[in-house]
Amino acid sequence: MRFLIFSDGTGGAPSSTSLEMLTKARGLGECEVFFVGAGSDDAWAALGAHGASTVHHLDPGDALPAAAAAAALEGLAGEFDAVLFGLGYTDRDVAGRLAARIDRPVISNAVDFDASGSFSVVNEILGGTTQVVTTYTADSPHLVVVRPKSFVAEPGDEDAPDVVAVDPPDVGAAGSATVMERHTEEATGPKLEEAAIIVSGGRGLGEPEKFEMMNELAGLLGAAVGATRAIVDAGWVPYSYQVGQTGKTVRPAVYIACGISGAMQHLVGMKDSDTIIAINKDEEAPIFGVADLGVVGDVHDVVPKLIEALKSRSR
Amino acid sequence: MNIAVCVKQIPDPATPYTLDPDTHFVVRPDDQVLDDTDRYGIEMGLQLAEQTEGTVTVVSMGPEGTMQGIRTALAMGADKAVLVSDPALRGSGALVTARVLAKAIEREGVDLVIAGTESTDGYTGVVPQMLAELLGMPSLTFARKVEVTDGKVRIERQTANGYDVVEGPTPAVVAVTAGVVEPRYPTFKGIMQAKSKPVDQPSLADLGLDATQVGAAGSGQDITEVRPAPEREAGRKVKDEGEAHLEIVKVLEQAKVL
Repeated sequence: MRFLIFSDGTGGAPSSTSLEMLTKARGLGECEVFFVGAGSDDAWAALGAHGASTVHHLDPGDALPAAAAAAALEGLAGEFDAVLFGLGYTDRDVAGRLAARIDRPVISNAVDFDASGSFSVVNEILGGTTQVVTTYTADSPHLVVVRPKSFVAEPGDEDAPDVVAVDPPDVGAAGSATVMERHTEEATGPKLEEAAIIVSGGRGLGEPEKFEMMNELAGLLGAAVGATRAIVDAGWVPYSYQVGQTGKTVRPAVYIACGISGAMQHLVGMKDSDTIIAINKDEEAPIFGVADLGVVGDVHDVVPKLIEALKSRSR
Repeated sequence: MNIAVCVKQIPDPATPYTLDPDTHFVVRPDDQVLDDTDRYGIEMGLQLAEQTEGTVTVVSMGPEGTMQGIRTALAMGADKAVLVSDPALRGSGALVTARVLAKAIEREGVDLVIAGTESTDGYTGVVPQMLAELLGMPSLTFARKVEVTDGKVRIERQTANGYDVVEGPTPAVVAVTAGVVEPRYPTFKGIMQAKSKPVDQPSLADLGLDATQVGAAGSGQDITEVRPAPEREAGRKVKDEGEAHLEIVKVLEQAKVL
């Protein structure tokens, strides 16, 4: 099997999902990377260590890269059996455009893939309760969009990769969207994706002011703060807090869900946490189906008491 | 400005869907509703059309059913609808869906295409980008704010750590997130008017497609197995009678994070 793995490097470093996919794919065959971003020696070293023999590097500058990246991939993808993408924004933009360009299906939300027989992809539906195995009847390259944290990234003892510069092809109007400004919304405390503990709030908190409890609890635990799509959409907290299908996928040691009912869209983003603690008034809430400890109660009673208990321990 | 808004009628999320054990197709009840996340795209389209004295056409692919979802979109204020509904489309993947939508949109001649980021039932999350490629347009995706001025569209595009301001020429495809605008509720007058608004239902042949290019056969993928996911066992449930926080402390201690 020959794999081409897409890596979004707009943040500087290769996307973490690309390193996870490399770790899995290098055991199944040969791996090259298509990297979009400014790039650096550190980025090449990381990709090489995780199994990339060659890095194809496209620097899009301030262009929104999807259309040009898809056009550049069109010529390259035919040399590979499978092209793997993460679920990141640019990943999805390029995967969709490439699929249409080369007329190949893309299977999205994959949590695993297998090359022992015909290449197949596993994805989860119905909030992660059901797995579907899909094979491709179309010719290769097979396109896959893989969920983050499906595999654990581990560097091997691989050599530094060859780096090949790719000129962005001119794709006319389709490639003319341009990034005018970049804004970073800094969250305080540990990053959601890296935190050992996450305290997450949902609609059950009742009103935006009550979200302050989440910050206080997180502060005491050294935890990151997450949120459901419902309260992000309602404007209580920035989008960067969102855990779930459209937000971040997290796997902390402990996930504390406060006033979260457990919509499928949220569950897929957090159900693989080691320990899940849920506090919710509704005894029937789906979140209790994945919780190691489910507290049926009012977050406005339980959380302040928990905060007091943690404070008295640290005294 | 003439705007196409892509929408999807989905099984009511309140009635969980299943997969047919033989065909692996999604078993859909007849009473399909408008995907809730499509309300944001419709609202965005209506606001931009109002600013520019334009029109909004909702474009959809899927079984005809009761057309409840299409009627909801029209009741919100869309001018007309195009629904491509052919039994041969059953089992179509994302790329076939995008191709059908692109053909339907080409017939309309539009300045802007708006779609949701992903549907609530299938969530492949790549249809807007495919659509843009097929239409030869830029794709401005993950938009949490959209403005149109002088033949240009400007969005705030969500990123992992914030947002970028992105600008491109029209015609363009814009994929919006839920939360981009506050969707309006259909008024009684809107609901009454929706009943007489035109719903065009072109056949596959009208779109220049034949049955071999669509449906499960034209989608290039085959579901070989459906199985339960390794189950996470639900743990203990305790009712809070004033002391449940102590149970939480105990679990935190067991997890060695305190």
